[in-house]
Amino acid sequence: MSNTDYDTIIIGAGMSGLAAGIRLAHYDQRVCVLEKHYTIGGLNSFYRVNGRNYDVGLHAMTNFTEKGAKKGPLARLLKQLRFRWDDFQLAPQAGSAVAFPNIQLNFNNDIQFLRSEIACHFPSQIDRFDRLLSELIEYDDLKQDDFEISTRKVLGEIFSEPLLIEMLLCPLMWYGNARQHDMDYGQFCIMFRSIFLEGFARPFKGVRLILKNLVRRFRELGGTLRLRSGVERIDVDGEHAMGVTLEDGTQLTAKRILSSAGVVETMRMCSNSSKVDVERTGELTFIESISVLDCQPKDAGFDKTIVFFNESDKFNWSQPESDLCDVRTGVLCSPNNYLYSQEAGELEAGFIRQTSIAHFGRWMALDERAYRQQKMRWYDLSTESATRFVPDFRRHVIDTDVFTPKTIRRFTSHDNGAVYGATKKQLDGTTHLDNLYLCGTDQGFVGIVGAIVSGISMANQHCLRSDL
Amino acid sequence: MTPAEIRDEILDILSEIAPDEDLSDLEDAKSFREQMELDSMDFLDIVMELRKRHRVQIPEDEYTNLASMASTVSYLEPKMREIVKA
Repeated sequence: MSNTDYDTIIIGAGMSGLAAGIRLAHYDQRVCVLEKHYTIGGLNSFYRVNGRNYDVGLHAMTNFTEKGAKKGPLARLLKQLRFRWDDFQLAPQAGSAVAFPNIQLNFNNDIQFLRSEIACHFPSQIDRFDRLLSELIEYDDLKQDDFEISTRKVLGEIFSEPLLIEMLLCPLMWYGNARQHDMDYGQFCIMFRSIFLEGFARPFKGVRLILKNLVRRFRELGGTLRLRSGVERIDVDGEHAMGVTLEDGTQLTAKRILSSAGVVETMRMCSNSSKVDVERTGELTFIESISVLDCQPKDAGFDKTIVFFNESDKFNWSQPESDLCDVRTGVLCSPNNYLYSQEAGELEAGFIRQTSIAHFGRWMALDERAYRQQKMRWYDLSTESATRFVPDFRRHVIDTDVFTPKTIRRFTSHDNGAVYGATKKQLDGTTHLDNLYLCGTDQGFVGIVGAIVSGISMANQHCLRSDL
Repeated sequence: MTPAEIRDEILDILSEIAPDEDLSDLEDAKSFREQMELDSMDFLDIVMELRKRHRVQIPEDEYTNLASMASTVSYLEPKMREIVKA
């Protein structure tokens, strides 16, 4: 057989594409993963500037469960990809917080701690919080019908303190809500579970370690990875995908295609698609302001793993109305503040990363000089806003880097640099073609573990069963 | 393969799927689900590993035979009798 014909072609070498590739290659399929960028990882990639290693997407891995846990997405992905828990060297968070004016709710990987914080600050709401917990445990995720119920409506019926609703929504929307203002209840349940019931962790070496493990395994199993191989179009015959044509003109054929490019982006690639439903495109994108400190962040007073702040009692989750960014809310994260093992020690440099909401179109419209200036300007504005809620670390800063929606677009090729994908999720991964499937962000799972589980389950459902 | 060899093969598959699991005290009469909390994805994996390794086909409506080690071995015995252990 020639090396242009495959059982499955996977578009995108991010977490979901690589995970799907491992599953298929393990079961002896001829698999090719195509990546447009010159490096792997997609949103969860990494880069090196001025001799320092930076992660793109990773603040924390959510869905953390301890070694030996048999349930939950992390346990599932380890089994499905045949990894040991120790392969990912996950260290749990030190402790995080949601900070609003004059009130802070602390939380860690033990839900009882958050519960005690709520009992202390919102004593009248604790029975209601328990009710929410019991409903969440019963909630069976990924049924499309119930998925799109309004979270604000559900929470409004449970709680009588609007501030608590805002404080619970803030971190969950920040870490995985593609919709503006409100959130699908299904997405809320996924996020609540992954953040509050399971928790945050990080490998000492960051996202590199995870990607390295995935790529090594994929290659060992005989999979093909092609970088700088953007898909020009998916070649379609009737209701069937025949293969793909790459940007350099190369044609590849396959029995089926699994795309992690995003639902709208994938539809656009189809040679016969007459209309693309751009309404579904997500609009939430971010800038990330990274500060390198001359000390460990805790020695500058920043001892939390992650702080989600919001400057008023109402959490506003939407793209900036008039400017390049909206820094009224933000997330600060320090990769140093995880409980790393004794052998691993501490990270060499102190890092604080801050995410702010940004406007894609306005960032893309800047010329090169204005772009550089605005990066500096918004670094200053965002850290100024944040230091109202965390100790002022600015005098310790020795280097900075900012990445923008433009950067995110370059790594992910997502429309609008949308970090959490389309607003309407396609939970079963099917498309208008009978052998084209979706995996990744537009499947409702988010985060690294969610992306990997999405790749696994779509590979299992659509690319392996048909061979049985 | 003898029933004992089939049992070893299943143990090998289980240890590949769940490398962190201690299988030394696995009870043959008790269900995998109960002891190892295997879910439907895991059972599918056992089926697929058997197909990959030995070309043994298991129809979907017969997956229930894989509930415990004892039931799995007795179900597979006629299917794997002719296979020579590698």
